[in-house]
Amino acid sequence: MAHKAKKYKGLMDWLTTVDHKKIGIMYLIAGAFFFVIGGIEALLIRLQLMFPDIRAFGDDTAQIFNELITMHGTTMIFLAAMPILFGLMNAIVPLQIGARDVAFPFVNALGFWTFLFGGLLLNISLFTGGMPDAGWTSYVPLASNEFSTSRGVDFYTIGLQIAGIGTLIGGINFLVTIINMRAPGMTFMRMPLFTWATFVASIIILFAFPAFAVGLILLTFDRLFDANFFDVASGGSPVLWQHIFWIFGHPEVYILILPAFGIISDIISNFSRKRLFGYASMVFATMLIGFLGFMVWAHHMFTVGLGPVANALFAVATMLIAVPTGMKVFNWLLTLWGGQITYNTANLFAMSFIPTFVMGGVTGVMLAVAPANAQMHDTYFVVGHFHYVIVGGIVLSLFAAAYYWWPRMFNKELNEGLGKFTFWTFYIGFHLTFFVQHILGLMGMPRRVFTYLPNQGWDTMNLVSSIGAFLMGIGFLATVINIVITTAKKKKSVADPWDGRTLEWAIPSPTPEYNFKQLPLVRSIDPLFYEKVQGNKGMTPAEPVGPIHMPNASILPFVMSFGLFVAGLGFMYQDGGLNNDFLNFIFENFIVAFVGIGITLLCMFLRSVIDDHGYHIEVEELEDEGAKI
Amino acid sequence: MMFLLMMLTLSLVLSGCSFTEEASPLNPQGSVGESQLFLINLSLGIMFGVLAVVFALFFYAIIRFRRKKSDKDYPEQVEGSHKLEIIWTVIPLILITILAVPTVIYAFVLGEDLTEDPDVLLVEVVGHQYWWEFNYPQLDIYTAQDLVMPVDKTVAFKITASDVLHSFWIPGLGGKMDAIPGTENVLYYDANTTGVLKGKCVELCGQSHALMDFKAVVLEQDEFDTWVEDMKTPYPEEVENVELAEGYEIFKNNCISCHAIDATQKGIFPNLKGFANRETVAGFKDNNAEEIKAWIEDPNKMKPGVSDMPAFENVLSDEELDKLVEYLQSLD
Repeated sequence: MAHKAKKYKGLMDWLTTVDHKKIGIMYLIAGAFFFVIGGIEALLIRLQLMFPDIRAFGDDTAQIFNELITMHGTTMIFLAAMPILFGLMNAIVPLQIGARDVAFPFVNALGFWTFLFGGLLLNISLFTGGMPDAGWTSYVPLASNEFSTSRGVDFYTIGLQIAGIGTLIGGINFLVTIINMRAPGMTFMRMPLFTWATFVASIIILFAFPAFAVGLILLTFDRLFDANFFDVASGGSPVLWQHIFWIFGHPEVYILILPAFGIISDIISNFSRKRLFGYASMVFATMLIGFLGFMVWAHHMFTVGLGPVANALFAVATMLIAVPTGMKVFNWLLTLWGGQITYNTANLFAMSFIPTFVMGGVTGVMLAVAPANAQMHDTYFVVGHFHYVIVGGIVLSLFAAAYYWWPRMFNKELNEGLGKFTFWTFYIGFHLTFFVQHILGLMGMPRRVFTYLPNQGWDTMNLVSSIGAFLMGIGFLATVINIVITTAKKKKSVADPWDGRTLEWAIPSPTPEYNFKQLPLVRSIDPLFYEKVQGNKGMTPAEPVGPIHMPNASILPFVMSFGLFVAGLGFMYQDGGLNNDFLNFIFENFIVAFVGIGITLLCMFLRSVIDDHGYHIEVEELEDEGAKI
Repeated sequence: MMFLLMMLTLSLVLSGCSFTEEASPLNPQGSVGESQLFLINLSLGIMFGVLAVVFALFFYAIIRFRRKKSDKDYPEQVEGSHKLEIIWTVIPLILITILAVPTVIYAFVLGEDLTEDPDVLLVEVVGHQYWWEFNYPQLDIYTAQDLVMPVDKTVAFKITASDVLHSFWIPGLGGKMDAIPGTENVLYYDANTTGVLKGKCVELCGQSHALMDFKAVVLEQDEFDTWVEDMKTPYPEEVENVELAEGYEIFKNNCISCHAIDATQKGIFPNLKGFANRETVAGFKDNNAEEIKAWIEDPNKMKPGVSDMPAFENVLSDEELDKLVEYLQSLD
């Protein structure tokens, strides 16, 4: 029973799409947008720290600086790094496992829109009288309404709550997709490492994000409705927040870095023209890191006074993570070993990840030495460490992934010259910025300080650090220009520009809406490579050509998320305080909040009662490939 | 590029004190900091070893195995190697064990609670937005901003906070400990040389977090005893010097309700007994008439976010301010 397909065009097409490829692109665009915002915040931070004892933003420098560091961290983690990774997962994972879409396309769209509306809510705090200012960790009591008096932290709690829904349901969606939607022959132990990493990261999301959601709810109640979860005077505990935050926050690091590991594994293998060395141990190490990631949260709290027993245990547990991570590093090195390495932009970023990430990793082990951590904690040493992991690890891998998968996602190849320019400026800028920060930390410079006094031997290194940051900015700009030029260019990419090894390169370019006309039969790890050396042109089909069932587009995810956005604002302003009587009336009586919730519930109701069977693409339509995206 | 950076640091770190004479985690002036520096050096040494191996393999591989024009066929597709897997699992485990043993030992040594030990000098530390209160319960002295301590004697701290989280740290003596409202944390330091050391708040505590500095003044034991005597000797009830008497009047009318000048009284805000001998004004400015005046005129300007102390620039006349400053400078 074929239903008539609902087709939208233009903007409406993007607002209603449930196609994982388009959702992936939207995640990328939104993530890049927030990356630019977070990057500008970073540059402003480095501007203020460029010289000792200056006030770059006038009398309010201290307050502005605290808002900048809070928003820089929050934006980069939640609104840039995660969405860009989600974008890549969306765009690539279904292709890598030979699926026609994710398991729940509607939920997939919902995840994107809740993330976007949550992120926008967080960022409009810029225009409403103060951004959050208690650090991205939002430690109480500083984040309580007694000490953080603007509404900034409310935007943090409610914005991240809404965005977090998107992450959680996105993670569940990938789990179900990877478990259920693999093509015939694509066993778990034949999955590419990026898919594996997505799988493990999704498991981590499933367990870590609910903890954060609970923490955010508690903080929201403390701030908006005078609850006392974290208020000492009423018997609450500020340390409780730190436990909740890091029980989520440490696994969060692995949610980010494991997909980066996966990206690097795929790209290095491809451009060495070799299969990944020690595939099974790579998979095992990924799972082990994901598991251990939940056992080490208190290493962020070595100076909280948990006592020597807790500190010793968490120190040793943390050090243990170095073992599976080391396995990965050596497997990458041995993948390069004996290969035929191509030096293009994607691979330059991917290869440079290895030594850079290792530098971030070893300082992590140093920080795990609990008694010594007391000297390094909350200093610039920590700032240097986690930027080596997050920028030197995750951002380098995102650049690599962008240059590598761009032809698959956009049907065009990015310019290599500008790509290499980005690589060198970004890479050198990165080391200039963050390397000296380790030394500054060991010399005693605390983090999160809006200024520092001269004559402490810190001036030169801070200047170097700031110059490096601007160099990174230039590098990123080159890639933005590259994207603009490439998009304007007419020349299309071939389907398999890199002599690919995995399934995503077996698809004609541009990728048809239904991905695979016939589901492929997977006969080996690196399935496309296997067919190539067998002398076959492309994959062997696992099914005859037949009509393909597709999900219908829907505006409901967008409206549903918009409802949450409205409800968030409604709860936030329930104490009024606006200079308009009518607005105060509708906010103070929870009218806005309940209208918002009503919108969301109505959408859920509609989704439940309206039968939506999707539609079929008939065999005749399948024949004219290439015009569907 | 990276290799150069590494060598640069190695030389810089190994010659620790050469970049600065100042006490710091790399140039500790006490046994706690020395133990921690040992651990930092040990872990740094092991990690440089790891980096050297990884870098050597990495740069050799990417140079040696570049794709050449003649490479038409795929290279050998190696699946893996059990022998290598075992090697790079076991060696890191050994390295971690080498690191873990002293980590656990020192976690207990440095985590010891010495506050009940009768041989130590006990100091209760309270972090406030944005100043530090130091109470010596054994000596019945309350003071602020300058932590005076004797050399070669263990000083145990009970640390808490009155408002938000702070973290108490003297980088030149050893690691930090968080100051948490409603909780009492313990820490100890000892100093092996006399001098003035930097103290810092290292937990984001609001706008003036960066300026929440204090000083640790390490004295010889006899100098310390003199300091204790001085602190315990109250100022005379009447100020004899006529010029200072006017300043004292202004102080009594405006300041004394919050700022005690008797070291045996806790007071609400920093106790000013011995203020003239303090290293700094507001924790980070030179202690001179100009800065004292600037602080009283508008504390919020010097330390943004200070809400408890009002600005006096429109309350007191310029002349009154000068007299008040003069009086404060007489509090030795």
